[in-house]
Amino acid sequence: MNWFTRVLTSSIGRKVLMALTGLFLSLFLVVHLIGNLQLLAGDEGAAFNAYAAFMTTTPIVKVASYLLYATFLLHIVQSILLTMHNRSARPVGYRSAGSSQGVSSTSRNMGILGTIILVFLIIHLRNFWYEMHWGEITTDAAGNKDLYKVVSEAFAQWWYVALYIVSMVGVGFHLWHGFASSFQTLGLNHAKYTPFIKSLGYGFAILIPLGFALIPIIMFVQSGN
Amino acid sequence: MAEETRKYTLEIWRQKNANDKGGFKTYPIDDVSPDMSFLEMIDLLNDRLARTGEEPVTFDHDCREGICGACSMYINGHPHGPHQGVTTCQLHMRSFPNNAKIVVEPWRAQAFPVVKDLMVDRAAFDRIIQAGGYVSVNTGSARDANETPISKEIADEAFNAAACIGCGACVAACKNASAMLFVAAKVSQLAILPQGQAERKARAEKMVAQMDAEGFGACTNTGACSAECPKEIGQEHIARLNREFLGASLSSKNVGDFKLIKQ
Amino acid sequence: MNRELKSHIPEGAIAEKWDNHKFNIRLVNPANKRKYNIIVVGTGLAGASAAASFAELGYNVKAFTFHDSPRRAHSIAAQGGINAAKNYQNDGDSIFRLFYDTVKGGDYRSREANVYRLAQVSVSIIDQCVAQGVPFAREYGGLLDNRSFGGALVSRTFYAKGQTGQQLLLGAYSALSRQVATGKVKMYPRTEMLDVVLIDGKARGIITRNLITGAVEAHDAHAVVLATGGYSNVFYLSTNAMACNATAAWRAHRHGAYFANPCFTQIHPTCIPVSGDHQSKLTLMSESLRNDGRVWVPRNPADKNKKPSEIAEKDRFYYLEEKYPTFGNLVPRDVASRNAKYVCDEGLGVGKTGKAVYLDFSDAIKREGRKYVEDKYGNLFDMYQRITDDNPYETPMRIYPAPHYTMGGLWVDYNLMTTIEGLYAIGEANFSDHGANRLGASALMQGLADGYFVIPYTIGNYLAAEPYKVEDTSHPAFSEAIDRVKERMNRLINIKGNTVPDDFHRKLGRIMWDHCGMSRTGDGLKQAREQVRQLREEFWKDVKVVGTADGLNTELEKASRIADFLELGELMIVDALDREESCGGHFREEHQTPEGEALRNDEDFAYVAAWEYQGENKDFILHKEDLAFENVKLTQRSYK
Repeated sequence: MNWFTRVLTSSIGRKVLMALTGLFLSLFLVVHLIGNLQLLAGDEGAAFNAYAAFMTTTPIVKVASYLLYATFLLHIVQSILLTMHNRSARPVGYRSAGSSQGVSSTSRNMGILGTIILVFLIIHLRNFWYEMHWGEITTDAAGNKDLYKVVSEAFAQWWYVALYIVSMVGVGFHLWHGFASSFQTLGLNHAKYTPFIKSLGYGFAILIPLGFALIPIIMFVQSGN
Repeated sequence: MAEETRKYTLEIWRQKNANDKGGFKTYPIDDVSPDMSFLEMIDLLNDRLARTGEEPVTFDHDCREGICGACSMYINGHPHGPHQGVTTCQLHMRSFPNNAKIVVEPWRAQAFPVVKDLMVDRAAFDRIIQAGGYVSVNTGSARDANETPISKEIADEAFNAAACIGCGACVAACKNASAMLFVAAKVSQLAILPQGQAERKARAEKMVAQMDAEGFGACTNTGACSAECPKEIGQEHIARLNREFLGASLSSKNVGDFKLIKQ
Repeated sequence: MNRELKSHIPEGAIAEKWDNHKFNIRLVNPANKRKYNIIVVGTGLAGASAAASFAELGYNVKAFTFHDSPRRAHSIAAQGGINAAKNYQNDGDSIFRLFYDTVKGGDYRSREANVYRLAQVSVSIIDQCVAQGVPFAREYGGLLDNRSFGGALVSRTFYAKGQTGQQLLLGAYSALSRQVATGKVKMYPRTEMLDVVLIDGKARGIITRNLITGAVEAHDAHAVVLATGGYSNVFYLSTNAMACNATAAWRAHRHGAYFANPCFTQIHPTCIPVSGDHQSKLTLMSESLRNDGRVWVPRNPADKNKKPSEIAEKDRFYYLEEKYPTFGNLVPRDVASRNAKYVCDEGLGVGKTGKAVYLDFSDAIKREGRKYVEDKYGNLFDMYQRITDDNPYETPMRIYPAPHYTMGGLWVDYNLMTTIEGLYAIGEANFSDHGANRLGASALMQGLADGYFVIPYTIGNYLAAEPYKVEDTSHPAFSEAIDRVKERMNRLINIKGNTVPDDFHRKLGRIMWDHCGMSRTGDGLKQAREQVRQLREEFWKDVKVVGTADGLNTELEKASRIADFLELGELMIVDALDREESCGGHFREEHQTPEGEALRNDEDFAYVAAWEYQGENKDFILHKEDLAFENVKLTQRSYK
């Protein structure tokens, strides 16, 4: 086997891919959130729509977005491969399974959390991303596709908001373990810095999903439904 | 000697041999002294079974001082039972309330096939060590022991990793049956000592290759291994293994495959 | 069979013997080493180090262990440390002093030349182990730390917390693993040796039983090395691991290997006392605890049920410090053990059984702080607390002596060869270095000395004269031996009596502990011999071994080992009876000084008693190897 493939298909190599893609996706969350916050600008979506147009038409962003799709895909495919591998490592399970002290339930359920996020992602992409790219969307005053309208219509429905919130809770838990865990996987563990990374991870896991969740809540309230 | 004795209901995994399907069997046991170790309680059960002509429960055990790493029982959901930093042989019945139900299972992992009852085959660990868990120094070729000073901090850290008893509780505890903590303990010990430098890269690469070939799962950083490790070996060693492996993989000149140790 | 005891001690001054010998012995051409096969039975410190070193030299090695892995050998449980005459502490240590201390500590019943060699190679052991990555304790400056140990006035003990044996064994295990990977060593785990095969008087192989499948198999070689440990488990309750046994050594003995000084057993002074009938083994607390712990009992028997903290300082009897002001709590093991027995026999013992003394750390904690004690003994304290449910930081530990090590073993010459040609015994399995009492931290030293630095040389002397091609397993001697072993297994299974093996073991242990334990009397020993013979007879009529021989059967394993203990136990008694003196761990009540110390009889007993086997229920024949002391003056040991 080629050394590169050998390293990347080793158990640690796969984990490293999970960590690197996970961190990249975390970075994406930050960018995405900043963009989304423009929904709350109070300008009937002008800024948000301009931003959406920029994000879908600028060549460099396009390249970045393909990288992002690839990252998502890699993260998902690796997780499936790893889960299958890990399942096969214990063909006969225990009758009495206890939880070990200090082991978070999020860390034990990353796959389930990831699946929740994946389901959300599909709905989310279908509703917004697909619409933005290929859907029939009216244009706003500036001539940009009026994605704001699509979003505000979605967020006027309570069940959609609820789905969004539940999913963000899922993202939060996923990050709760995933953020610091990726540093551990990359071998970045140090008596001085690891506590800081862990706190950062917990902060990240709370603030980012909270930010995402607040948008639909506010827009729902504003919609007056 | 405590006067009171206790009663328990044991549910123990019985399996005649590697090919047998196996299943749980229930054994009530009384007259158990709280001062008994868990294994002495099993001894008592076995003594009674042998007297009635039933085959005793087979289990690995030897030193009964918590250091040989032979004993390996998964008790009520935990390798080596409910306490931290303890092997099964040092677990005492005073830790179990009277009339408790106690489920005893063997370590479960693809790489640790059951031999009989609660005894599993942990030869995979030996093969991982054979793959590179050593410093290649022939007898007689060593320099004076004090020629290379090693800071106390490094020596202590190496000791903490080297304290691994190879019991396999890490694998048993891990939801993925991963052997990372075991491998990390050895790689870590030798990676930080000056004596281990010459083979540092190859060691990390070879031991991980062997670990993967044995069919252990991958680490998902849950930390269950460290939580259940009777020697309380920490997660920082796994981070070091990751670091060592990545660094070695990217910088060593090993382009081909590694020769694996055969069963 | 009458074999002359030729110790083959080299000529020359004591300090030159080993060098002379290394120069004079035959060498095997490096290219020819691969034409020789060596069997190593047992892969603890001695066996693993020997097997690895043989393979490094180029020999083909087959290594056997009844464990699932060499890393489980009971060497792993040694806590305190390993001695070496490095004199890193500049406190006056030297090879000669280590040699002197060891001979004196052994109460002048060991062979000077062997002990001197041991002290010589001790320095190389530390170098070797450090090079393997053994994480010995270090000082802040990065250099190796040392501590003092019972029976010595210098600090020459290297240690790795309370897990020195573990770290050394894992070092040897790693060296062995490396050779397994190269294919020079073929490892046979979960395989127990049940017989040795002799062809024309030479050891040519062994018969083993695969403990998983029950298969009985033959293995041939040019030489066989036994590194199978000691026989303390003859006492049933000892600090040895559950599976430690004397079968390999005893099988060799039955074929003509003399058994030397079997009555020299060491009772370790600092073990956790027995708590009840269920007890399966005893746990040792490292002797290093005596560096900072003070041993005492209440002066007044009426105080023994009081809490130790309620007993005033003046009512405490620090019996070791009072009787032995120079060595105090650091007297050798035999002295410490015997004195614990005395005070308990006088009714001063504490604890529920009255068979315990206090080991008190309150002074050390007051003087140096809890942190100091925690750093040095933390893991031992934790272990104590887990087992007893008492916190030794707050209340004194309770300790009592327990069988721990056997100085006796197969008789070997200077080359570590037994009286059977081509059959070697190393480590605790032989008798050579510790005389009648072993000093602390010397077992690890001897095991590794034999394995790393002695036998790799001396075996060449034998092999060089052997033809490359020798009889293999097709020789009828092998098939006959296989039949014998199978027959014995079937016999055990087919008795189908009423008494489980452990019952016999417990009974044997009781007899041995009562009559051939810490102190012995002629009458008691005579009585015990009869009892053991009776018990043996009963065993072969009434043992109940459930299960079959053709698979994993731990009851059968036990029964087979106990059968051998039942024969060895008798020999221990015979030897103890014959040795009409007290020395080291062998204390005959008839022979003591007015102060109650061991009274040696150098005139009549300065010899190694090497016993020859004659046949079942026949008397053993005594052969004497006279011990000459040219470099150490025989004195009454005094630790006052």
